[in-house]
Amino acid sequence: MSTVLELREVGKRYPGQPPVDALRSVSLRIEAGELLAIVGQSGSGKSTLLHVMGTLERPTSGEARIDGVEVSSMSDRQLSGLRAWRLGFVFQQFFLLDGLPVLDNVANGLLYRALPARERRGRAARALERIGLGHRLGHLPNQLSGGERQRVAIARAIVGEPAVVLADEPTGNLDTASGAAIVALLRQLNEEGTTIAVITHNQEIATSLPRQVELRDGMIVRDTVGS
Amino acid sequence: MKSRLLLSDVLRDGSLGLRARRLRASLSALGIAIGVAAIVGVLGISASSQADLLAQLDRLGTNLLTVAPGQHLGGGQAYLPQTAPGMIRRVGPVLRVSATGVVPGVNVFKTDKVPQYQTGGISVRATDLDLPGTLGASVAHGVFLNTATARYPAVVLGASVAQYLGITDVRDPIEILIGGRWFAVVGILAPIALAPELDRSVFVGYPAAEQYLGFDGEFTSVYLRTDPAQVTDVLAVLARTASPAHPEEVAVSRPSDALAARAAAQAAYSTLFVGLGAVALLVGGVGIANVMFVSVLERRSEIGLRRALGATRGHVGIQFLAESALLSLLGGAVGVAIGAGVTIAYASTHHWTVVVPPVAVWGGLASALVLGVVAGLYPALRAARLAPVVALRTV
Repeated sequence: MSTVLELREVGKRYPGQPPVDALRSVSLRIEAGELLAIVGQSGSGKSTLLHVMGTLERPTSGEARIDGVEVSSMSDRQLSGLRAWRLGFVFQQFFLLDGLPVLDNVANGLLYRALPARERRGRAARALERIGLGHRLGHLPNQLSGGERQRVAIARAIVGEPAVVLADEPTGNLDTASGAAIVALLRQLNEEGTTIAVITHNQEIATSLPRQVELRDGMIVRDTVGS
Repeated sequence: MKSRLLLSDVLRDGSLGLRARRLRASLSALGIAIGVAAIVGVLGISASSQADLLAQLDRLGTNLLTVAPGQHLGGGQAYLPQTAPGMIRRVGPVLRVSATGVVPGVNVFKTDKVPQYQTGGISVRATDLDLPGTLGASVAHGVFLNTATARYPAVVLGASVAQYLGITDVRDPIEILIGGRWFAVVGILAPIALAPELDRSVFVGYPAAEQYLGFDGEFTSVYLRTDPAQVTDVLAVLARTASPAHPEEVAVSRPSDALAARAAAQAAYSTLFVGLGAVALLVGGVGIANVMFVSVLERRSEIGLRRALGATRGHVGIQFLAESALLSLLGGAVGVAIGAGVTIAYASTHHWTVVVPPVAVWGGLASALVLGVVAGLYPALRAARLAPVVALRTV
């Protein structure tokens, strides 16, 4: 197994009076093919952790490696390239573009790779088939249910076959049944080879996944793999 | 693993924001449209009118010159020598010459019921028979004087005089009172663009003027046509030819210069309106900047999403810049269409040939584009600078 993402003693301090330590010396290693839950109550620092893992935010101390490459010395442009090619994101609020059909929303997952539009659409259609939304290509996001929208967002995250998919409370805006369906989908994608980290405050969902990392006050208090 | 964005995608994404908010987009483009329409319309109308003036000039010819007595050096009215028309006729490039003389102290009335002080400012001119030919004037009604009618109390009216006296045609015999004597109206001239002073005159033949009105043979204006290629040469020698003894007392002019000056003045006048259009354009630009700011605020989560999908700061900035430029260009295109439409409507009601100057069209579009870019610059910069995490935290 190869390590796709590794954090070494990562700290994140937000300036203020007094300064807030969102993360304190967090070390975490994610291997290819893993499906893990990062669980914790609100304020435990799990969103900050996801942002640091996703290079949306830089840590104030420690190092983060993606594909074995140290990212803290990268420029904003290089980090953008990394996100375009190696990272996939799923958000609680889906963040689909309302004016754009489902197919194009998913194809946007490849937008910043400068691929021809036809190729992006072809790959998006295949991703949607995989997710089970092959019949919804031409619909607009607001014609879909919440669960379907989140599945579109997941298709957008996996269309580029990233090294790791980071999902931030993917079931947070959904009812229990839709949430369970999303978790089942993530499991299915993981079985097909996608590495996925799910951030959740829902213990039930967390325990249903192979590995749980529990965060409290910016520190990892439990990791079922125990790295 | 570089983040790259195709140009076609920049344009597509730029138009996406506009398509999602059509009403707002069209309202904010309206300011630009009005500004560009004003500029294109003003330039188009003035160019059409100018083209008409120039066509008129072409038709009338620029080779008509007039010679008139000027002032004595010591003050007072000078006189043209009796020999002036004959001398001028002898200059090589001169093609035709016509001389008229105002008969002094003679008033014109339609009837003897009109009070003596209501003269109407009509002058009576003794004329030779070639006057319409030299001026290119046409006879609207009846006929001009001929060798026979030039000896009798017969008169031809200038266009303004006919209107003033209320005489519309000469089918029924009409007589008017000139210097206390009845003259038969035989013809009415059409307006003479190059010599409008003649529109306010009535014309009688030399013999009749001498016999009935006491005309002393004093010429007050000589009209001549020259070879079009040698107009300036003739101008140079005209004063000395007309009055070899006192060339400084002769006023020489080229009536077509006045028309040319009008064409030039029109161009200067239209600059003012183009300036007003530019102000409207500027206000439109401010409107677009405003809308773009709101758009950036509203679409923070979209900006965050795009950063997560791999957009660089530059990609986010260029997207908003493209949106602003497209919006403004759209307004510009509508403005050009409106301006051209106004020009066509206005020009065709005046029976002018429609001229929409290409520079107005391209200039209108280009200024709209530049304005859109300038207006979108700061909002785009704000969007680009937004930290991804801050952008995602909204909702």
